[in-house]
Amino acid sequence: MAETATREIFLGEGSGTGSGGQNLHVNIGPQHPAMHGIIRILAELDGETVVKTDVEIGYLHRAFEKECEAGGYNNAIPFTDRLNYVSPLINNFGYAAAVEKLLGIEVTERCKYIRVLMSEISRICDHLTCIGASAMELGAITVFLYMIKAREFLWELVEDVTGARLTISYGRVGGVRADLPDGFAEKARKAFQETREVLDEVDRLLTGNRIFMDRMIGVGALSAEQSIAYGITGPLLRAAGVAYDVRKAQPYWVYDRVEFEVPTRPTGDNYARYLVRMAEMEQSMRIAEQALADMPGGAINVDFEGRPIDPASYVDRGKQGKTEGLLLLPVTLSPNLEGQNRRALERVLTHDKRVALPPKETTYGSIEGLMNHFMLIMEGYGIRPPAGEVYVPVEGANGELGFYVVSDGSDRPYRVHCRPPCLPPLAALPRLLEGGMVADVVPTFGSVNMIGGELDR
Amino acid sequence: MDGERILARLRERFGPAVLEAGSPFGQPTAVLDRGVLREALDFCKVDPELGFDMLVDLTAVDYLKFPGREDGPRFEVVYHLYSLPHNQRLRLKVRVEEEGAVVPSATPLWPIANWLEREVWDMFGIRFEGHPDLRRLLMYEEFEGHPLRKDYPIQRRQPLIGPRN
Repeated sequence: MAETATREIFLGEGSGTGSGGQNLHVNIGPQHPAMHGIIRILAELDGETVVKTDVEIGYLHRAFEKECEAGGYNNAIPFTDRLNYVSPLINNFGYAAAVEKLLGIEVTERCKYIRVLMSEISRICDHLTCIGASAMELGAITVFLYMIKAREFLWELVEDVTGARLTISYGRVGGVRADLPDGFAEKARKAFQETREVLDEVDRLLTGNRIFMDRMIGVGALSAEQSIAYGITGPLLRAAGVAYDVRKAQPYWVYDRVEFEVPTRPTGDNYARYLVRMAEMEQSMRIAEQALADMPGGAINVDFEGRPIDPASYVDRGKQGKTEGLLLLPVTLSPNLEGQNRRALERVLTHDKRVALPPKETTYGSIEGLMNHFMLIMEGYGIRPPAGEVYVPVEGANGELGFYVVSDGSDRPYRVHCRPPCLPPLAALPRLLEGGMVADVVPTFGSVNMIGGELDR
Repeated sequence: MDGERILARLRERFGPAVLEAGSPFGQPTAVLDRGVLREALDFCKVDPELGFDMLVDLTAVDYLKFPGREDGPRFEVVYHLYSLPHNQRLRLKVRVEEEGAVVPSATPLWPIANWLEREVWDMFGIRFEGHPDLRRLLMYEEFEGHPLRKDYPIQRRQPLIGPRN
């Protein structure tokens, strides 16, 4: 047996053993700070050129699809939060939209606007994270800090509405969990203003920056034909010059009522992806502002008749049989239930009793409400769409996010499949990397915006 | 060109090999015979009237416990196609028995089918004939069974594996 040379121990088998093919095999990941989650790229290098790569995924597999089959329809909502954890609201709404299509119900007008508004806020968060992280990997740590600062403004909005920053579980089959809080519109406008300032600053820092341009232009390019063949959608496809956007092509909710453009670039390289994402954030803010301006229903929590009573005396009155007018009495709800009083829920949740949980006042104030509540909560009951199958796409931050839901008529989904928007670009990653330099692996990988949660499900 | 027209075009080309066709929930769907699948996918892609140039999604469903379909073919492989020029969607399905669960691969038509078929193999144990590299995609090589099959218990534990050298 040949003695292992020291060089071989450090550089791997086959290195330095004779002349000719001295290609070096390098594992990039799974544990690597630039791998955004966990993924393994096995690269074969000839000098500094990447000759061949193999991408290994699945490190974050959590059996999302199997787990969805085990519970009721609304039980899958928290799992969808964890698909794309940078923009979880879009996943929530996408899944809910698929089940709503099965049920044949329409969500309320206000709910549609809220969904559009919150989706766009999420999209901006996603793009901010993507650009910030890939700029940081090229040495522009300032940009990363600025972008995270801007994301903070938006995540505060998300927190105001949903009560959480990441695992928001805000969507519901038939609507959303709660209405927007008071004064949200002003806050949002202020946050957009601040985000715009940050974007302007980043634009001046990066877009014309010699180092950034040298590292990004012409790197990791993919043609439009190849992108289509690989099923790539979203910013990557638009950076290759194809103006495909689900929001424009097959509008859902109120995307056909707002004005926006679909930015494209002809070159398909990393720099084009950066420019497309920067332009999309501005368009998203445009959509969000129009949604805020056009949202029907106006402010909430201001038009109660009478003084709210506390829940304990509400229940007492019911027990004593003093039920006259009880149903119409407003109740002081716990702060946890902010935005979920009867009037608010009427606006944001469908009125279909097969699907929507009744507001707490109704549940505790009337036998019909209580029965309705139990019919949706008890084991073996719940939302029961008719047997059938639907595929509903929405435009996620990384491209077309589709949910394929099969129902057998029972209270549990028979099959839920998520079409993750970042799987096709990852499948095409070898093509992006091969022939390039090893130093370009990281920026190209960053521009693909891999999100482990939705990639591995 | 609307959904009905797409299905009519498929029927006119493949005749009885189109086992079922309809537009439930407004989504054109055709169930094809396995024998013509490869040809049908090719036809959908190159026919200028159809122009389905994008394979959006490829997955499977295990109908083992579906009420009323327990005795039928166990699996259904589902293709979701999208046409950029016509802005249309189409769902194609093939039914596959458990014995000899093999479907012709779509990899020569769309490179993305490579990974999507690997995932279906991984999760359902359906083989794809002509696939260049049918490995598991999400699970590891030592994993036993195919987790999205309906007879795979959700609580099942797998033996721990050590590092591979």
